[in-house]
Amino acid sequence: MYKLKFYAVLFSYLAIAVSAIGSDSTKIRKPRKSEDASLVLPAGFKATQVVADLGRARHIAIAAGGDVFVKLEKLKDGKGIYRLHDSDGDGKADQITGFGNYVGTGIAIKNGYLYASSNSEVFRYKLNEKDGRVDEASVEKIITGLVDRGQHNSKSITLDNAGNIYVNIGAPSNICQVEDRTKGSPGQDPCPLLETAGGIWQFKADKLNQSYKEGIRYATGLRNVVGLDWNTEVNDLYVMQHGRDMLFQFYPELFDEKSGAENPAEEMFRIKKGADCGYPYCYFDNDKRQKLLNPEYGGDRLKVGTCEGKEKSIVQFPGHLAPNALLFYTGNQFPARYRNGAFVAFHGSWNRAPQPQAGYFVVFVPFKNGMPTGAWEVFANGFAGPNINRAKYRPCGLAQAPDGSLYVSEDNNGTVWKISYSGK
Amino acid sequence: MKKIISSIIGFFIISSSFRLAPQQPGIKASMDRGKKVYNATCLACHQADGEGVQRMNPTLVKTKWVTGERRALAKIILTGLKGGEIEIDGDNFHNPMPPQAALLSDLQIADVLTYVRNSFGNKASAVTPAHVKAARATLSPSAVKLTTPSKKQK
Repeated sequence: MYKLKFYAVLFSYLAIAVSAIGSDSTKIRKPRKSEDASLVLPAGFKATQVVADLGRARHIAIAAGGDVFVKLEKLKDGKGIYRLHDSDGDGKADQITGFGNYVGTGIAIKNGYLYASSNSEVFRYKLNEKDGRVDEASVEKIITGLVDRGQHNSKSITLDNAGNIYVNIGAPSNICQVEDRTKGSPGQDPCPLLETAGGIWQFKADKLNQSYKEGIRYATGLRNVVGLDWNTEVNDLYVMQHGRDMLFQFYPELFDEKSGAENPAEEMFRIKKGADCGYPYCYFDNDKRQKLLNPEYGGDRLKVGTCEGKEKSIVQFPGHLAPNALLFYTGNQFPARYRNGAFVAFHGSWNRAPQPQAGYFVVFVPFKNGMPTGAWEVFANGFAGPNINRAKYRPCGLAQAPDGSLYVSEDNNGTVWKISYSGK
Repeated sequence: MKKIISSIIGFFIISSSFRLAPQQPGIKASMDRGKKVYNATCLACHQADGEGVQRMNPTLVKTKWVTGERRALAKIILTGLKGGEIEIDGDNFHNPMPPQAALLSDLQIADVLTYVRNSFGNKASAVTPAHVKAARATLSPSAVKLTTPSKKQK
């Protein structure tokens, strides 16, 4: 089914590209002031570019007064966090100010504080949510000393309503081989990386200088989670796992070029404390529709082995699409079917080569009572531009504004869009 | 229809004129072999256009890492990288690169390096098996041992 959807999206993209070429003779509505027609959205939705050229814009958070905060993975003019303020209400940021001298991915707002992560620490600042002013001098380091070995080092964060913060600590490895990313090197069993990475850690949101000793390994067996969100409707943590790489390259006898591109699934998990999602031993096979042993651990695309007892994902997506943000929509602006459903921003693939790359879109999954009620669908597309193998924009962050519009950030150019619904 | 056919033929004439004109026949043969090595070993990470992947796998296009000193380049292929060593325009690239010393011959490495040094808009001197042999000779025995992948796969 997802293949069908993928081709449907591809086709609709081509159709739009073709209609754009024909714009000389066809009457096409001119974008209104600052409206961005390059994104493809369902009927009744429109996108506005809030800001461009911020560089590596990773996650975003929006204060009650509407100010947008962007975490950068590369300093811009020496600053790693940018505040976007729209004083005249046209949707475009007209006051753009930076602070914080560290790079990173995670950013969140809770109870009058702005939380932001580097690749090994988490800080917080006092924030006036109404006027968006940050008290830079109030900065406190709440978490420190987390593993950062380059690979999978983004420390994404989310907070619950009980005073806890959840931090992803990605495994600094593809599949925990003795020699990382080396064909033929065996998987380590047990995988020693799981002691300090490959999971989600829970800390107190208001305690200074916590590290592993003060934290709780809330969930393990997760290779790398960049998108995660606390679902306030059912009070559970949901995470998007980036699946492993190199199945076709390492195991051509098990995966041809096409199935290596489609596998393993990118997975959404609903997490309870103590969950083990199976990394590095298990993967979800999109063709067999089953959680199976990874070949490095004796798998042959048939053996289930110890994966039987591991946490099952609740949504599976095609391989390598790189889900970088997850957001449960709680607003009232969008039509009712979107309420409490999940938006997922996909950064887009690289390990599908030599097959065409894919992803670079925002999808929607309808939910009821914390569980999916239907297949995923593409919500926002067109980010890649004309060359899917060299995407123009790579979606990375999502945030919901107080008025119920959805903001999307991307980290190739540093663009932020506001997507709103008017029904027209 | 005639128009279409002639434009297709024209396209092939134009596109073939853009192919690299080798100075010596040996380079063309090396490039052809090198392309096969590239597609089988390098393309997954560095991509078909050689431009790599943001923050993960570095670009091979117009960077001194590729067009610079040949023995140093050969050594990177032989020993691989841990990830993070390559910095281009203020960006680091995190994925480790697996060592190829035990997997590719001196000729294969010379061919693929000649290929990447003269593809994707690059233009640099050819690499010979002698350059690779000289680079291999500088590897410490422990480095060579490290680069040998384990045979006992479960």
